[in-house]
Amino acid sequence: MKHALEIERLFVSYLGNQVVKDITFSVEKGSLVGIIGPNGAGKSTLMKAALNLISKDKGVVKIFGEPLKNWKKNIAYVPQRSNIDWDFPITVIDVVLLGTYPKLGLFKRPSKSDKEWAEECLKKVGMENFSSRQIGELSGGQQQRVFLARALAQKAELFFLDEPFVGIDVASEETIIQILRELKKEGKTILVVHHDLSKAESYFDHLLLLNQHMIRYGASEEVLQPEVITKAYANQFSFLQPKGVEVTS
Amino acid sequence: MKMNMIDFFEALFQYEFLQKALFTSVMVGIICGIVGCFIILRGMSLMGDAISHAVLPGVAISYMLGISFFLGAVITGVLTAIGIGYVSQNSRIKHDMAIGIMFTSMFAVGIVIITLMKSSADLYHILFGNVLAVRMSDMWITVGIGVLVIGLVTLFYKELLVSTFDPTMAQSYGLPNKWIHYALMVVLTMVTVASLQTVGIVLVVAMLITPAATAYLLTNRLSVMIYLAALFGIIASLFGLYFSFIYNLASGATIVLVSAFLFAMAFFFSPSQGLLWKALKARKNRAELMQ
Repeated sequence: MKHALEIERLFVSYLGNQVVKDITFSVEKGSLVGIIGPNGAGKSTLMKAALNLISKDKGVVKIFGEPLKNWKKNIAYVPQRSNIDWDFPITVIDVVLLGTYPKLGLFKRPSKSDKEWAEECLKKVGMENFSSRQIGELSGGQQQRVFLARALAQKAELFFLDEPFVGIDVASEETIIQILRELKKEGKTILVVHHDLSKAESYFDHLLLLNQHMIRYGASEEVLQPEVITKAYANQFSFLQPKGVEVTS
Repeated sequence: MKMNMIDFFEALFQYEFLQKALFTSVMVGIICGIVGCFIILRGMSLMGDAISHAVLPGVAISYMLGISFFLGAVITGVLTAIGIGYVSQNSRIKHDMAIGIMFTSMFAVGIVIITLMKSSADLYHILFGNVLAVRMSDMWITVGIGVLVIGLVTLFYKELLVSTFDPTMAQSYGLPNKWIHYALMVVLTMVTVASLQTVGIVLVVAMLITPAATAYLLTNRLSVMIYLAALFGIIASLFGLYFSFIYNLASGATIVLVSAFLFAMAFFFSPSQGLLWKALKARKNRAELMQ
């Protein structure tokens, strides 16, 4: 069986500094993977490079054994909230409808059934009552749910989410993780950049721990071993000590 | 005022030059409104200003060589856009600094060329517009650009929307953002050329930004914003031309002033964004708390 995602010897520079160094891993279809590591570890950079949103220094990315470009329209990407212009004149339902664009092709407008599908996706994230609001009027968690609905509307095989849980309310976080688990059950492959170690084990079945270099990739409970974590967070001792992690240098 | 109105309409029926002027300025109002929406939403207002000024040397050289204005304008416009990108990406010079340097330099080159080759009367007209001297060929060029702009926006509406709102998503599913950007720059130079005679180079940017910004204050939907911006462009052109004709003022200035007036109205009285309603609502909330 081919892996949903294979990354081989990936190196990426950001503003002239190499922040992703020699990363190799592969993800099986139907996995829910968390990408974790300290600030500046290159988590988002890794994700963007895997999607060819920024150029890489070296490395190969394969989706189901094929080059990325064959699968572009089947990959849904949810950007960090800070990258969006929230004053843009667009309503909630129209944001979700954007998810249907990749597969429409040039010159075609979304049909009635596309619009109904967008509404259904909005319902899945519990935001159907907000469909005609301007997106800036929503709270952070609601905005994140709308962008997840847009990803659902894309009917993608792979989902890439960049820090979806930053600055959002508990209810939204619950909804989002619930939907990600359902997607996993449907056999979709999901990668999530995440910074909160405390929930990492309960949210994800696999974890990729990195600090520029790859520290460990595997089942969550394997990765979340104190001695493994310490390696990644080696220069953040004070943060780990209250959590009972012993630090020996 | 009433007499003036009648005079204006009489003149309109009587003089072909006025009909051409009116038709051309309305057309310019529409295309500037449409293109302006994308310019402001992409955060390129300053870029719009730069490109519109930077076409001057292109126009001058085309004039000298006796070729179409367009060719020269598009070449210098796009070269400036590329130059700005190149300078800001390859040094610590920020984007707005690069814009300030490049467009003033291009503009200065244009002024030198025009002064060397011809009388300053041409320069004045290129800079400030001379709508009453619109020739038949100018009118058709404007119509051509109008059809092109409306056609492109209709055909690629979807792609323009995504790449403007969320360029990362657009890129991730394979839209060529960079080419969309440069295509927009080319359209921008063409719109500038079309606007040369009605508002002139110096004030083109006002027609691009002000009607679109007015529409931006009034709606939460891009499609509605585009129609509104075109409508405000039309209104500004109609009334601007009217004031220009009646009071013998430069048409560029009067057209721009009418659109600025529309903006001020929206700024204070827009139902969702207007300062007046915001102030009234805040006052009401405070009053309720006092009880």
